[in-house]
Amino acid sequence: MAKQLYTRTNMIWTAIVLSIFAVLTLLMQTGMINSYYESTLFTICVNIILAVSLNLIVGICGQFSLGHAGFMAIGAYVAGIVTRYIPTYGGLFIGILLGFVISAIAAIIVSVPTLRLRGDYLAIATLGFSEIIRICIQNMKITNGAAGLTGIPQLTTWPILFLAVVISIIICTNFVRSVPGRAAIAINDDEIAAEAMGINTTKYKVIAFVIGAILASLAGSLFANYFYVLNPNQFTFNKSIDILVIVVFGGMGSMSASVLAAIVLGILNMYLQQFTDIRMIIYGATLILMMIFRPQGILGTWEFSVDRLLNKMKRKKEAV
Amino acid sequence: MEPILEVSNLSKNFGGLAAVSNINMTINKGELVGLIGPNGAGKTTFFNLLTGVYEPSEGLIELTIDGKKKQIGGLKPYKITSLGLARTFQNIRLFKSMTVLENVKLAMHKNAGYGVASALLRTPKFYNAERWIEEKACEYLQEVGLYRKRFEKATNLPYGEQRRLEIARALATDPVILFLDEPAAGMNPQETDELTKLIYHLRDKYNLTVVLIEHDMSLVMTLCERIFVLNYGQMIASGTPEEIKNNEFVIKAYLGEEI
Ligand SMILES: Nc1ncnc2c1ncn2[C@@H]1O[C@H](COP(=O)(O)OP(=O)(O)OP(=O)(O)O)[C@@H](O)[C@H]1O
Ligand SMILES: [Mg+2]
Repeated sequence: MAKQLYTRTNMIWTAIVLSIFAVLTLLMQTGMINSYYESTLFTICVNIILAVSLNLIVGICGQFSLGHAGFMAIGAYVAGIVTRYIPTYGGLFIGILLGFVISAIAAIIVSVPTLRLRGDYLAIATLGFSEIIRICIQNMKITNGAAGLTGIPQLTTWPILFLAVVISIIICTNFVRSVPGRAAIAINDDEIAAEAMGINTTKYKVIAFVIGAILASLAGSLFANYFYVLNPNQFTFNKSIDILVIVVFGGMGSMSASVLAAIVLGILNMYLQQFTDIRMIIYGATLILMMIFRPQGILGTWEFSVDRLLNKMKRKKEAV
Repeated sequence: MEPILEVSNLSKNFGGLAAVSNINMTINKGELVGLIGPNGAGKTTFFNLLTGVYEPSEGLIELTIDGKKKQIGGLKPYKITSLGLARTFQNIRLFKSMTVLENVKLAMHKNAGYGVASALLRTPKFYNAERWIEEKACEYLQEVGLYRKRFEKATNLPYGEQRRLEIARALATDPVILFLDEPAAGMNPQETDELTKLIYHLRDKYNLTVVLIEHDMSLVMTLCERIFVLNYGQMIASGTPEEIKNNEFVIKAYLGEEI
């Protein structure tokens, strides 16, 4: 394994990721990123996890899901409740794992019956599902109902969150560049041909959906343990749409695009906070303009690749 | 001669239309079989029944592998493919977002030998399997002469090459029977000639049984050892190319229009 891990591409990626981490950490410690900017940064990170995981379902696999907020809510409340009883990193870890289990089971229940069918049945099922989750949360004692959950320990530190973002991106990109991932892309391209090539289409649609749901749950858990208050209104249909907007704005099927869009829209949102009256108008107008002039998203299906960059530099050198 | 595929009383109705009705057919191991008939005769529908795209309205499809007989009619397409039936499509269905090489790699799915966990964690199993897949896929592309175009988008290839890519992709599923739906459609005479040689070569090299639908009579007559003729969903004749050429029903129903 070691040999394949220590390739030049992986080393460069590691270097890039570590430098980003180092720079941001430094900026936080010197106070250049103050607590206001910090909450934006954390929101962006959570949104990156949500967007890449939804992109896996919508962009890669071509299955329209409108319930991502539901899975996020599961992760958030499970981790929130667990860490209130066990306010340690161990508690956070248990909460995250428990969130994975519950969201995976929920994802299987929602997707298996609907993904056997061709067409957009998943959209309706996930929409209903996330509403059910929200209403359950609103009416349960353990979640403290509509009043919401408070006093969740703030266990999501910057290194933990950053690590989670990196792992989520790696999982999604690894999935795309593998047999199951190629199967998912093939289903999106031509379901009949994919099936004729020996692909159990239902199985791969469900796998992609479950991975997406688990990562959304991870995002929810980390969200809960940073912002330390939860209430059911944070996980409405609007939240699912917000995530979908990031995916479409960036470019369906490109993970780099989802990351970029989460950052751009996160920063835009932060600056628009000051103009509360016209915030939604500007935000909405940006999206409409985007869809008119660049319907494929900022990056389309383009993916950032160190390999390609290296090849380009090599060719340039040879030319000189 | 041992039978590999036995079709009995196979029918498919679309509403009131009997697209395929009461077909009986035995295909032997290693044979090169042709299926001809006028437009709308039900040839593609017949393929769709054999490969699981449609469920038969009636009848049996029995596949014999390693001496064991199995009824495959109505199974899901991916199950049928995993049992060793592979096909190409009349209206080319390549994966449009993928390169030539990726199209072939995709079809090697059933023998990939690693699961989702290996894929996400990048275990040694993953790297070994991926290397094997890549090598093998390149081999198939060399067979059909598309190796040098492996990094191009599949849908950017000229028509004839897309058809050959479909053959490579079907081959990559490691089949025992290969079904080709109009493999020469849109090819010029020289390409058709090369295709004839290619099909012979693949049959011998990979121990295949080949069933093909074709309108190009010269191809069918030179290539196929046995020919079945469909008309309005019914089989009106079967036999060697010589027999078919001289069969009066066939001449009336089909060849007659051409001559
Ligand atoms: N899914 C379907 N629903 C309804 N009718 C269908 C369907 N598929 C095929 N048919 C009809 O069944 C008949 C046989 O069609 P099929 O495609 O099998 O013909 P074919 O022999 O392959 O013709 P061609 O040489 O033009 O490809 C046609 O009348 C067609 O319209
Ligand atoms: Mg046809």
